[in-house]
Amino acid sequence: MIQVNQLSKTYNGTTVLNISNLEIPKGQSFGLVGNNGAGKTTFFSLLLDLIQPSTGYIKSNDIQVNNSENWKSFTGSFLDENFLIGYLTPEEYFYFIGDLRNQNKADVDALLAKHEEFFNGEILKNKKYLRDLSKGNQKKVGIIATLIGNPEVVILDEPFANLDPTTVSRLKKIIKELAENPNVTVLVSSHDLQHTVEVCDRIVALNKGEIVKDIQTSKETLQELELFFAV
Amino acid sequence: MIKKFIYLEWKAFIRSASFGKNLAMKILIGFFMLYFSVIFIGMGVGAFYVLKDMKLEPLVTVNKFLVYYFLFDLLIRLLLQSIPVLNIKPLLVLPFKKPTIVHFSLGKTMLSFFNWIHALFFIPFSVVLILNGYDVVGIVFWHLGIMAFIYINNFLNIILSNIDKLFVVFVALIAVLAGAQYYKLFDITEFTTPFFQNFYDIEGVFLIPILLLIGLHIYTYKYFKKNLYLDAGLSVKQDEASTENLTWLNQFGTLGTFLKNDIKLIKRNKRSKTTIIMSVVFLFYGLIFFGNSHQPAMMHIFAGIFVSGGFLFVFGQFVPSWDSSYYQLMMTQNIPYRNYITSKWWLIVIATFVSTILASFYLFYGWEVYLTIVVGAIYNIGVNSHLVLLGGAFTKTPIDLSNAGGAFGDKKAFNASAMLLSLPKILLPVALYALGIYFGDKMIGLALVAVAGILGFVFKEKVFTLIEKRYKIEKYSTISAYKQKN
Repeated sequence: MIQVNQLSKTYNGTTVLNISNLEIPKGQSFGLVGNNGAGKTTFFSLLLDLIQPSTGYIKSNDIQVNNSENWKSFTGSFLDENFLIGYLTPEEYFYFIGDLRNQNKADVDALLAKHEEFFNGEILKNKKYLRDLSKGNQKKVGIIATLIGNPEVVILDEPFANLDPTTVSRLKKIIKELAENPNVTVLVSSHDLQHTVEVCDRIVALNKGEIVKDIQTSKETLQELELFFAV
Repeated sequence: MIKKFIYLEWKAFIRSASFGKNLAMKILIGFFMLYFSVIFIGMGVGAFYVLKDMKLEPLVTVNKFLVYYFLFDLLIRLLLQSIPVLNIKPLLVLPFKKPTIVHFSLGKTMLSFFNWIHALFFIPFSVVLILNGYDVVGIVFWHLGIMAFIYINNFLNIILSNIDKLFVVFVALIAVLAGAQYYKLFDITEFTTPFFQNFYDIEGVFLIPILLLIGLHIYTYKYFKKNLYLDAGLSVKQDEASTENLTWLNQFGTLGTFLKNDIKLIKRNKRSKTTIIMSVVFLFYGLIFFGNSHQPAMMHIFAGIFVSGGFLFVFGQFVPSWDSSYYQLMMTQNIPYRNYITSKWWLIVIATFVSTILASFYLFYGWEVYLTIVVGAIYNIGVNSHLVLLGGAFTKTPIDLSNAGGAFGDKKAFNASAMLLSLPKILLPVALYALGIYFGDKMIGLALVAVAGILGFVFKEKVFTLIEKRYKIEKYSTISAYKQKN
């Protein structure tokens, strides 16, 4: 589904990302782990054509993301609160994204009903604008909005951060469900090794922009990763 | 302690996103400040002689208008002068004494532009009065009294800034007072003129506003100190939200989706609301030019452009910066750029159209004047709307929607390309109009401008393709610029 070729990003002579080759097959749930500054968000930003690669390219479903915009119709993503429109209510935001993804109100309502538990009664019909929600609740909105319109690629940057323990376990359930669908490729980045190991089939560890580990998840994965990141 | 504060302020000043970047901008800002200073000083010096020329007693005449001057000043402050609340938060947990923080914050507002700009008028005016034989002591006292009132406004603004509807109340108050005076029902200046005049005539009267000011300062200090908590004075007020569906816009497809969003954008954010107010102010811009024989005829079209162009200039200028806080979202959604730009274009067209209808009161000056405004609107829709959108591709300053002050306070919005693009917006129609007058009469001039507007409209699709291309080229640098919030 996603092919990365000779990809690198350099700022003022410092290489922050350098991936010579990476292939993510369709239906895989892919976890990206690494310390701060490892290049996780840079990679996702490149994948979403928010920044330009210094060399190389990324292809999503055989579409080179920085040449054509056709990947947008099957990609759902949430990187940070810059993806939220602060002056809308959560409902309005969902319908807005729905409109852009050719989903009618009923489709969106159905999706929201399905995730009512995840919202925990704090999102819908609360008479608050998104800008006034807490960080955690904003994140809930952003994550569910990526699922509108049944995207084939779902990209979530640090989805577990800022969430309360109950919501984290509910989110894991949602991601696992997505991962079971053979048509959906899920990409998740996180600092939290345990969460990532739980929801992903495959884990890639980045360090200073380079891939240092690429493992299919097994019982020993967590231990292996912890050992690697321990100083 | 104060030294530390000043250090922080200095750093904040020189490192503000606007200031640091390039020399050209600094020069430009410097130029603008100089320009306005000269205008104010010129007014201060000139006022005396102009009023004398009109056979009016200068000091009395100025005193007559002071009450409106102060009301208007307060109005502008309520709208634009923001209280530096945010910078206080990080100081609360540091070993600063609360009184120090409050004193410093209040002291900071006293140095604000909104205060010293008045001095540029009143000091030269006072000096000219003294040079013309007015009593020195009287003038100094008068001057002190006036300054006290300006600072009273400064503190009033701090106390009143949290009350929402106040702006409307003040507009209504000024309108009612001015109306009553115009129709000779009630003249407030009959009471206020002698009051201000007494600052000069009777020694010691000026102490009234000074004492008032001191009292207000103490009150503000206590008020501020009492509310120096995150959930009191420092809290950011949350509006109760109501979901609006605006379903009638659905019939316009994706365009409707964007229009819905833009309408909410304008309605729900402080900063964008000021654009509406400014558009209304622009409506009255023509009053300076029409029916004023001192202005050259060429300037009529200038006014014609501005009367209907308020929204275009104030809102359009900052497309796409209005969406800066969620620009990344927009760039990852399945959005054709063209629809996005078209929706903004429609918004501008609708606003121009509405302004033109509202401006029909200019018919009072004759149909020729209104025709000028209509032609200006045609040019705005046909040419200027495209130019502001094109200029937008170069405007890479993130907008803080929650901050109303930005509309003018922001010197960041200037950049060379956008400035260059603003020339044809105004100079071209003026040149065309002048050409028409030169070779024939006003009507030919108007026809030329209208034809330019219609031509722009005819080539809309072509121009949009060009604009779209520009936006795409600028995409990455725009995204990275919007990430740098202030």
